[in-house]
Amino acid sequence: MIAFWTAALSLTLALYVVLDGFDLGVGILFGLNRNEADRRQMLRSISPVWDGNETWLVLTGTILFGAFPLVYSLLLSAFYIPIVVMLSALIFRGVAFEFREKSISRKWFWDAGFTLGSLVATFVQGAAVGAMVGGVPNEAGRFTGTPFGWLTPFSVLCGVGLCLGYSLLGAGWLVRKTEGEVRDRAYRQLPRLLAGVLAFLAAAFVASLAMNLPVMARWLERPFLVLFPLVGVSGCLLVWAGCRRRDDRLPFAGAVILFLSAFGTLAASFLPYMVPFSVTIAEAAAPMSSLSFMLWAGLFVLPLNVAYTVIVYLLFKGKVELGEGYR
Amino acid sequence: MDVSALLLSRIQFAFTVSFHIIFPAFTVGLAAWLTFLEALRLATGRPLYRRLFDFWLHIFAIAFGLGVVTGIVMAFQFGTNWSELSLRTGPVQGPLLGYESFTAFALEASFFGVMMFGRRRVPTWFYLFACAMVTLGTSLSSFWIMVNNSWMQWPVGYEMDANGIFVPTDWFAIIFSPVVWVRFPHMVLAAYVTTAFCVAATGAWYLIEKRLHAEGVEMIRMGLGLAAVLVPLQILFGHLTGDYVHDRQPAKFAAIEGRWENEKPAAEVLFAIPDEATEANRYAISIPYLGSVIGSMSLTSEEVGLKSFPPDQRPPVAIPFFAFRIMVGCGLVMLALAWFGTWTTHRRLLPQRRWLIWCIFLSFPLGLIATLTGWFTAEVGRQPWAVYGVLRTAEAATPSLTAREVGVSLVIFALIYGTIAVAGIAYVHRLLRRGPEPDPQTMDPQLNPKRPLGLAAGGPAASSNPAE
Repeated sequence: MIAFWTAALSLTLALYVVLDGFDLGVGILFGLNRNEADRRQMLRSISPVWDGNETWLVLTGTILFGAFPLVYSLLLSAFYIPIVVMLSALIFRGVAFEFREKSISRKWFWDAGFTLGSLVATFVQGAAVGAMVGGVPNEAGRFTGTPFGWLTPFSVLCGVGLCLGYSLLGAGWLVRKTEGEVRDRAYRQLPRLLAGVLAFLAAAFVASLAMNLPVMARWLERPFLVLFPLVGVSGCLLVWAGCRRRDDRLPFAGAVILFLSAFGTLAASFLPYMVPFSVTIAEAAAPMSSLSFMLWAGLFVLPLNVAYTVIVYLLFKGKVELGEGYR
Repeated sequence: MDVSALLLSRIQFAFTVSFHIIFPAFTVGLAAWLTFLEALRLATGRPLYRRLFDFWLHIFAIAFGLGVVTGIVMAFQFGTNWSELSLRTGPVQGPLLGYESFTAFALEASFFGVMMFGRRRVPTWFYLFACAMVTLGTSLSSFWIMVNNSWMQWPVGYEMDANGIFVPTDWFAIIFSPVVWVRFPHMVLAAYVTTAFCVAATGAWYLIEKRLHAEGVEMIRMGLGLAAVLVPLQILFGHLTGDYVHDRQPAKFAAIEGRWENEKPAAEVLFAIPDEATEANRYAISIPYLGSVIGSMSLTSEEVGLKSFPPDQRPPVAIPFFAFRIMVGCGLVMLALAWFGTWTTHRRLLPQRRWLIWCIFLSFPLGLIATLTGWFTAEVGRQPWAVYGVLRTAEAATPSLTAREVGVSLVIFALIYGTIAVAGIAYVHRLLRRGPEPDPQTMDPQLNPKRPLGLAAGGPAASSNPAE
């Protein structure tokens, strides 16, 4: 039962990272493009799906609450400020998305809010992951650290890295969904973003070695972990090949593989810990009665949710139609 | 956590949840109405229904979007500000809120996409199905929220382990708690009534401005007609909700009633200013015997007063006392308007009664005010408990939080929500002002001499024209 919920949590979190990742990335790239027609095309490429994507964050949060309440209460109270900032950024970004179409004189305000909200939310997510790798001080699941304990040079590095990573996903998505100038621009951005992401990964690796983070010891214990980065390399190659051959499908697929491999690397090196390296999955799990009650939702509704998501993406597959309005 | 951080956390939760509830209250009702309109159009083929549908779909989109984004905050605030509550009651509350997300949120969000963007991409029946699924999703969402909140009001089906963790033992008892089954209908009806009055008020606005006559009359007729049936039903469920409070949360009931002493038979305080310092009411207007009748349906029953509870187990009195009276007052005004308005519309006397049209127009916030004050009554009345009788609010908060952190987050939320509120009101106002797309073929030129002008003055139609 615990294994089931661990898997479900990994699934929702991975889906969130990949799905909201690309629309947050499009939000960041949106700020780099001043052309109104291009901007509308960028928005149209994500407008049918962005709020569905964000529900995976809520699902992740609620699975955490229901199946691992200890981790839920520990992480959210430890990362109070980042969480508040991230939520505010997501809210602002969401309403900016809706309101820019309805605004007449303040479009610039909502456009700035859309980009800034995407950027801040992404940065904070990356920083929180970085802080988690460094460890969360706690006693029996109750946070004992300080309000700004999460803010370290390493977590800032991770925040910047995630901004690059989500932008890579976003550019891949734009190549896939759009045509004309928007697609060409995304093709130009892809190699630079890929180089940026690789530079970040190298820097994070060196920093982890230098700081002697406990996660590095895991790598010596578990040499098979190298498999994950190898998968990641294939993702990079796919992005690169897509750019070379102008094959619209490859860059996004490659970026997704890169993200999944990074996700898998982190998860596999933490096991059996959920909060490294203090709370194990078994310690964090809710009582059996809670887990089994939720199982119904997990078994029936979770696949159904995945199916809806697939259906919605299929309904809106293909390139964005240029003549089609936002509404 | 120090005292001021606790207070700020409570203010923050109250603020964010009050802001959030406005949108679900509206979308739960609006989703149902849109589905009804779409079904009516398929059944009758009247283009008017399609125009009303398209028009209210825009409003629905804004309310839905705001509901989603402000709801995300709620999903995380249990952990950020109430970590002890989530650590200890997570095994009960987590799965309930998990079901909310699983069954409802994703259902809504997925089919919402179809509803907004899919009209030309899916078959007619599937489009109607998508509307119905969004409606089902919003209703299920409220259901799980109400199960969760009702458990906090009246915790059942659990055992506490050695570490103080609430371990669920009987989910059937939790979900089929009698408290749920009066409070869930009470909430859904509140949402429907809120929507009904907003729709009717919008119709009245067009009649006041002497434009969009057919649409305006139809909105008033449908809005008030629905309310004429639902408001009495709502009053019944309100009464049943009061019964559970009377039996299971006597301190809250005493606070709502403004009753300090045990009384037999008890009087009903219609109005007063309760004073917690002197433990008495000032300027009280009461009716003898009525308190016993309302509390126990008897002329002789003894009703419990606040002084029967130690001061540290009493809720604050003023908020539940006044909030309850505002809620009931709104309910009675809505009942009068719904019945009289429906009768007037039925007799086709509405155009002669300008004052009534004005009253309907001004009634737009009544449903929302009643919903919010109802929640204030329920939640403030539950204090000082987070889980009634078991876990105090002060013990439920995050221990490590400082007043400064919560202060900063509260300011951030206030700024963001303030911006959203101002912009949201401005945009909704603009959309409502423009009104449904006019249809020259079905309009009666004698009733609408100014229609072309109204159309021209309808504002910037370009920005959300689907054919753009």
